[in-house]
Amino acid sequence: MKPAKFDYVVPRTLEEATAALATANGDGKILAGGQSLVPMLNFRLLKPALLVDINRIPGLAFIEEEPHAIRVGALIRHRQLETSPIIARHLPVLSEAMKHVAHLAIRNRGTIGGSLAHADPAAELPMLARLLDAELVISSCSGTRRVAASDFFKDALTVDLTDDDIVTEIALPKLTPGTGWAFEEVSRRAGDFALAATAVTIGVTDGAVSEARIAVTGVGSKPLRISEAETLLVGHAPNAELIAEVSTLVRALVEPNTDLHASADYRRHLIGVLVGRALDAAWRRAHGDLQRRTL
Amino acid sequence: MTDRRSIKVTVNSEVHEHEVEPRLLLSDFLRSTLGLTGTHVGCEHGVCGACTVMVDGDSVRSCLMFAVQADGCRIETVEGLGAIDSLSRLQQSFHEHHALQCGFCTPGMLVTATDLMKKYPLATDEEIRKGLSGNLCRCTGYQHIVQAVRAVVGKESGR
Repeated sequence: MKPAKFDYVVPRTLEEATAALATANGDGKILAGGQSLVPMLNFRLLKPALLVDINRIPGLAFIEEEPHAIRVGALIRHRQLETSPIIARHLPVLSEAMKHVAHLAIRNRGTIGGSLAHADPAAELPMLARLLDAELVISSCSGTRRVAASDFFKDALTVDLTDDDIVTEIALPKLTPGTGWAFEEVSRRAGDFALAATAVTIGVTDGAVSEARIAVTGVGSKPLRISEAETLLVGHAPNAELIAEVSTLVRALVEPNTDLHASADYRRHLIGVLVGRALDAAWRRAHGDLQRRTL
Repeated sequence: MTDRRSIKVTVNSEVHEHEVEPRLLLSDFLRSTLGLTGTHVGCEHGVCGACTVMVDGDSVRSCLMFAVQADGCRIETVEGLGAIDSLSRLQQSFHEHHALQCGFCTPGMLVTATDLMKKYPLATDEEIRKGLSGNLCRCTGYQHIVQAVRAVVGKESGR
């Protein structure tokens, strides 16, 4: 099908963009990479009166290193994240995850701001935002606010954004050197949305886990951190038994849906297996036992 | 409300100026406005890959972009990759390896593979398969397409 008629503006500044959105009285949509929005327009699932194309606003596409965090502009394309040496150096788990995000032609267009704002419950980037304790910078006519990823994702395709808000930047705290990490995903085809996926990090002090983070996606209405499972690891040197215990706990705590692609039971099984593999890999990586060094 | 916008795009090295409705998809602009029907339209929601073209050197789904967004851009379609009497190496390889039957997916396969070869080493057949996973073919079973790309990239390595 073809999209319904809409009005179209191409603001050159953020102020013009937020002003345009405000005039649309809730019937405006931001067009960034368009990789999720345009299909919905083509199907006429959405018929906004106004599209605000932010692609030509300068200053929204940057990857900048600060002492403790990497700041990523909302218009950074998936392909730019995938290939950024700054990301590879300080957030290698994100570089790894980007290889699983859709297909090259979609990675060439899709943006980090768009993916987070869209919040598909099986997408990789929202999960990485939760894993890395990202903070989103959001602008509207009434000013700028910062929202932690833990507060941003509300439900499937539902986030802490009003009709007039634009995500402008994502701040990602760097991983401490020596942090072990891993990303594991099962999807029907390479590049498809995850049936289940996980990303983990493990900080190690004196031979034991000092900090663990376990994020999952595809197994609920939004990306999750499983803090109860993270706590189980702290203070221990994980062995097969402990990892099995953690996986079992993760399986028990998620509430996946059944759909065309997989049953809830299968997704629950998958996430247990994937978390186990990821923890094993992250632990070994923290000890330099994996071929690819972390940092 | 839906006034037409004037755009200027360079398609296969030729400059075109047109008035377009903002909702006109780039795929329809190429096919209907410019008559470049080499770009195929399958699913219109970014799943099948048949409409893939290059915009400023990167492969994109032309059904997920509006023509008005391409204002000032350089576009290359399958027609720009080669001509009947001067096929690109990849096109020639598709011909030699019988990498198409009905041909519907072929324009997208060629454009996607051209971009993949530019950006990835494609050292293993597995990498080629992953790279082409966003392009659906319902005839060939992909084997011959992978072989055609492999022949251009060179021998498989790293296995």
